[in-house]
Amino acid sequence: MRVQGKGLIDRDRPVSFTFDGVGYSGYQGDTLASALLANEVRLVGRSFKYHRPRGILTAGSEEPNALVTVGRDGRQDPNVRATVQEIYEGMAARSQNRWPSLSFDLMAVNDLAAPFLGAGFYYKTFMWPRSFWEKLYEPVIRRAAGLGALSGQDNSDRYERAFAFCDLLVIGAGPAGLMAALVAGRAGADVILADEDARMGGRLLAETYEIDGKPGAVWAEEALAELRGMENVRLMTRTTVAGAYDQGTYAALERVSHHRADRGAGAPLECFWRIVARRAVLAAGALERPIAFADNDRPGIMTAGAVRAYLNRWGVSPGRAVTVFGNNDDAHRTVRDLLAAGVHVAALIDSRHDATRLDGVRMIRGGQVCGSGGRQGLERITVRHPGGEERIATDCLAMSGGWNPSLHLTCHMNGRPEWRRDIAAFVPVAGMVPGLRAAGACNGAFSTMACLREGAEAASEALNALGIKADQGTLPRAEETPCVLEPLWAVPGRGRAWLDFQNDVTVKDVKQAAVENFRSVEHMKRYTTQGMATDQGKNSNVAALAVLADATGRGIPETGTTTFRPPYSPIAIAALGAGGEGKGFQPERFTTSHAATLSRGAPMIEAGLWYRPSYFPQAGETDWQQSCDREVGYVRNAVGVADVSTLGKIDIQGADAARLLDFVYTNMFSTLKVGRVRYGLMLREDGHVMDDGTTARLGEDHYLMTTTTAAAGQVMAHLEFVTQGLHPEWDVSICSVTEQWAQFAVAGPRARELLNGLLDTPVDPADWPFMSCGAVSVLGGGGRLFRISFSGEEGYEIAVPARYGASLFDLLVRRAEALGGGAYGMEALNVLRIEKGFITHAEIHGRVTAYDIGMGGMVSAKKDCIGKTMAQRPGLEEPGRERLVGLKPIAAEGKLLAGAHLYRQEDAARCEHDQGYVTSVCHSPVLGRMIGLGFLADGPERIGEIVKMVDGLRGVTTYCEVVSPVFYDPEGGRMRG
Amino acid sequence: MRITCPHCGDRDSREFSYKGHALALERPAPDAGAEAWDDYVHLRENPAGETRDLWHHHFGCGAWLVVTRNTLTHDVLGCELASEARR
Amino acid sequence: MRFSGLRVLKEGLTGNKGWRPHWRDPAPKPEYDLVIIGGGGHGLSTAYYLARDHGLTNVAVLERGYIGGGNIGRNTTIVRANYFLQGNSEFYSHSLKLWEGLEEDLNYNVMHSQRGILNLFHSDGQRDAAARRGNMMLSQGDDAILLGREELRAKVPFLNFDDQRFPLYGALYHPRGGTARHDAVAWGYARGADSRGVDLIQNCEVTGIDVENGRVTGVQTVRGPIRAKKVAMVAAGRSSQVAAMAGMRLPIESHILQAFVTEGLKPVIDHVITFGMGHFYISQSDKGGLVFGGDLDFYASYAARGNLPKVEHVMEAGMALMPMIGKARVLRSWGGIMDMSPDGSPIIDRTHIDGLYVNCGWNYGGFKAVPASGNVFAHLLATDQYHPAATRFRLDRFRTGRGILDEEGTGSQHNLH
Repeated sequence: MRVQGKGLIDRDRPVSFTFDGVGYSGYQGDTLASALLANEVRLVGRSFKYHRPRGILTAGSEEPNALVTVGRDGRQDPNVRATVQEIYEGMAARSQNRWPSLSFDLMAVNDLAAPFLGAGFYYKTFMWPRSFWEKLYEPVIRRAAGLGALSGQDNSDRYERAFAFCDLLVIGAGPAGLMAALVAGRAGADVILADEDARMGGRLLAETYEIDGKPGAVWAEEALAELRGMENVRLMTRTTVAGAYDQGTYAALERVSHHRADRGAGAPLECFWRIVARRAVLAAGALERPIAFADNDRPGIMTAGAVRAYLNRWGVSPGRAVTVFGNNDDAHRTVRDLLAAGVHVAALIDSRHDATRLDGVRMIRGGQVCGSGGRQGLERITVRHPGGEERIATDCLAMSGGWNPSLHLTCHMNGRPEWRRDIAAFVPVAGMVPGLRAAGACNGAFSTMACLREGAEAASEALNALGIKADQGTLPRAEETPCVLEPLWAVPGRGRAWLDFQNDVTVKDVKQAAVENFRSVEHMKRYTTQGMATDQGKNSNVAALAVLADATGRGIPETGTTTFRPPYSPIAIAALGAGGEGKGFQPERFTTSHAATLSRGAPMIEAGLWYRPSYFPQAGETDWQQSCDREVGYVRNAVGVADVSTLGKIDIQGADAARLLDFVYTNMFSTLKVGRVRYGLMLREDGHVMDDGTTARLGEDHYLMTTTTAAAGQVMAHLEFVTQGLHPEWDVSICSVTEQWAQFAVAGPRARELLNGLLDTPVDPADWPFMSCGAVSVLGGGGRLFRISFSGEEGYEIAVPARYGASLFDLLVRRAEALGGGAYGMEALNVLRIEKGFITHAEIHGRVTAYDIGMGGMVSAKKDCIGKTMAQRPGLEEPGRERLVGLKPIAAEGKLLAGAHLYRQEDAARCEHDQGYVTSVCHSPVLGRMIGLGFLADGPERIGEIVKMVDGLRGVTTYCEVVSPVFYDPEGGRMRG
Repeated sequence: MRITCPHCGDRDSREFSYKGHALALERPAPDAGAEAWDDYVHLRENPAGETRDLWHHHFGCGAWLVVTRNTLTHDVLGCELASEARR
Repeated sequence: MRFSGLRVLKEGLTGNKGWRPHWRDPAPKPEYDLVIIGGGGHGLSTAYYLARDHGLTNVAVLERGYIGGGNIGRNTTIVRANYFLQGNSEFYSHSLKLWEGLEEDLNYNVMHSQRGILNLFHSDGQRDAAARRGNMMLSQGDDAILLGREELRAKVPFLNFDDQRFPLYGALYHPRGGTARHDAVAWGYARGADSRGVDLIQNCEVTGIDVENGRVTGVQTVRGPIRAKKVAMVAAGRSSQVAAMAGMRLPIESHILQAFVTEGLKPVIDHVITFGMGHFYISQSDKGGLVFGGDLDFYASYAARGNLPKVEHVMEAGMALMPMIGKARVLRSWGGIMDMSPDGSPIIDRTHIDGLYVNCGWNYGGFKAVPASGNVFAHLLATDQYHPAATRFRLDRFRTGRGILDEEGTGSQHNLH
């Protein structure tokens, strides 16, 4: 119910929303939780396992119960914390994990079977019969499990990622954080102050403390006003710092538009920040812990701090007759605040016999709540006290078992916190995250004054370390009440006392785990699932390990904790991976001929990050094979043009350029004459083939290396490693010029004819023998010509600065067409090279040696090179290795398939008979049948043998003849012209 | 993780690629023998603690760097150019 | 105590008071026939099969922390037999067969779920590689189906078939692949080994390996020396440190692999799905969380935690492949320490020290191997012969070049596998 005169909500701005289809009204500033409580809605969710009715437990992101779904279709957002979600006009929230309805959930039958469904029960059953797991048990379990649902539709909200940098990151804007930001801001440091809440101030908004004689919330607002006025301070509300990473990198999620009906025109829904901070202050506060007692999960039972937050910040009393149950003085504040607000408090139950008396309320000292009752919501509690047991009528129980510092971030680098007996809580140890210091409640300092002091000190210390002079000034005055508490984790007694509310883990479950020897805290967690719910144990960890410690006869410090891991609170995949959807996953690289290629209707395929044309269809052609055959014909009979710019091009210059090439290639390049090109084979240091390509000597100290498209980056990094890491003394410079030059293959019997129309000086075959290169003038502009061939025909590659690429391609294709040829794509290119037995990365797939591909002779005996020594390991040269061969079906219509395996004719297609596999196949227009390349055990020694190709996947068996990999023009006469 | 490249300054590790231990700089002579080569290409001290390893400023200046690092804590203790580390 | 539905029922009716420890906590004896260093999945399964198949029960498993606390407790739980190199293929096939009878064998529900794995491919070249793999699987007697684009769409319509950067061409479908509940595997083997008399000794860090005249004689531990005729090192994640105690250097570099789980969600992904153009693999646990991972963080590390670039890269891949998971929230991320070997394949072998054996180098494929790894290692330990399904995981293969098992084809750089 709404309490008059309280709260920081805007009562002039009512907001309507629905929950499970029922309309309600709240105010601007309400969360869904506060608005539901104001409307006296208590049942908001169902637990994970037993589908028990659950209400709101907390007032923050740690909420385990009040999870709802907001939105539909591509915007459907499951597992939204009602305690965080701000209401907006027209918001529609739905409860989840219930069927058919929240108040009548048939799955609650699980609760009746609870005796059979205790910790780890599923490890002990569902084993028979075997096939029933996938068919019956698992589907039933899966359907019952899970919380909210994804819509199954593509996410349709926009998310972003961004970087930010600062001197000091302050995490949390309660009294400690605000004070730290003030000190740092006033000193002129670049400060980011981030807080997960929509409104900064932390507990100051939820309590009635005073600072400097003003209400805490007023002081906070003044501090924020000052900070807003500083250009060097950036305030980030609704921003959860979720993870601490190396060298001062922090992950943060900003919920930009969740609270807006229009989702913010143009604004993303969320932004994921990578904040690089030279220093950080963690001022994340503390989380109150529940007390375990029988049926402590009934809606209406919540933490005392949450009750105060709803009362003081949102002007809502979660009940009309509230009871308070605690083991510490802090719980008494709840009574005082409620009474001051005119709310009836039925009783204060303090588990301590010597607790300080509080006037104006019935106080039961040395009492413990040991049970609760009510249908789908709290109606009464049972209290055990020195005078006996009694029932008290109440619709809201505020419980406080003390506070746990929110030290999660300090543990993200594997640091272990230490136990502080006086507050019965874990606190961080200095240095757990380099550059980060905890201050205030997250450091175990619970009074407002201590928070202010530690915040100021932490900021000063950080600034000092950065060499920025800071003045702490005079601290404001605030309460400095000591934390007085007597640990109480679980009230003894019958019935189920809940520790992990969402995952339905009870005190009994933890004890049973200990009995079954899951005594390590990690074992207990994994066996019971305690701490594995969406709150990651924020509400249950310490109590659970206290119960475990008790059950195993150890102390809490020896029992230890599980590890907190990022993120502090869950983050949507869409935020972490923003930009990855659609084409955004990897960059797209386009050649200069891309537009012209598209305009010719060519389907594009991905080649690494590049796009290359598959084929260039023409009117009347009905499938790619027809186009491909025609394009092969261009090259074999007239002239074809292909963009080969995607091949890596590395410019190598310097007095030691030749030495470098001799060292990275198996064969010699120092002996190559200027103006000539040579094919080179490159090994990895482990002796296997890395890449191949042609390298041209453009000048005495100047080479141009080409790499395959796929390995361009790898080869460049390799050359940089060799020149910097192995031979920094060499005088050689290397530079990738792949993007600077557009390069086109012009191949076929009429290639020269085509070029002669373009070049200012015609190609004289005497000056341009096979494997020659040089500068040319192309229609008045500078270019390079290489007489090389990847097709087996007389071929040239002409290169011009990339800015002329588009126009040159256009010109080349038009001229080729005039000569009876035209553009050809990757399909034709592949056919042309297979016919010639030229390899690509289908063959040099990283597991083959020079020997395997028939190039053992290319490893020069005269010099060392990368990979040479390791290539001589006995296993890489001995008989039995699979080596490159050509394959030709015996039957003209015989089908070859890449990926099929090879066997002897007489053998069954069994693994132990495996003889090799097929790497590349095509239909050869020249041979009028399919041909293929493959690797066969001792292949080159088996030319002429008939082997069996089996593709079990596609049901194809073909007998083929083992042949030389060179199917076409084996003497190379056509290539040499 | 952040690495201070001697050329470019403090940069996020996403700009770098990684090769392995800096012993890759100590390439044996071709005739050093099978054991020396096995050591070089395969075997590793693989320390749990301080190590020196090779990083390439792939999306930066292209420099190969020797980074002194702690493999348990991810502390970065030093960074020098590979071309100078060997001298 | 035998587990069954009936037992659960009976205990439920009598207040669950009859449950007993799943395993004992014995004090270490001064001497064993065989000591296993490492109480992870591989160490525990080794102990189990030593006892079950070879009658060797005077065996201790020494674990530095708690059993099952290493990579078996922090992985993405995928079980498959889809390797294409001889040496690997028969081993993982053997493992899958052991998985298929594991629950009855262990009397422990490890929730082995053969929900099927879809390895997606995105180009003709990738399809050819998938075909080579699938044909190997078939020739091994395992199952594989090559799905075209439309067949794939029928199975998993929520993938991005429309505007993906790297279009979907199809998938290699491995129906018998799937997942299992990782912790339960460790516990099931632990319980099975313990009940056969093996001593599982937790909080017992090994600090030294005793070698005399080229023969192992025992180990030093934080709980005192333990003599042993044979010592088996099975400490993935710390293999190099353990081997160093015997003066050995291994061909291993340790790297971090991160994994992620989301909040619980109603069933939405029924298979295990792997992306072909970025390292990304995902399944949905029976609890409802999406469990997924990607590639290594790429730098040598023992920190058991990773950094943001890889986190984001994995999420980008997820968004590229299946944008419908965008609203799922990542609940927890963690990192395991991977033994990366120079060819991406494991080592199960003797060492040059008599009586000292090594099982390491699981890269990031160790989970599915747990049954076979223990099974073949137990065979080697007990008989000094290689098990027929694991003849090629030799320590000397890198030096000799014989039988290198480089499925990725990336060569001897450890972090590239």
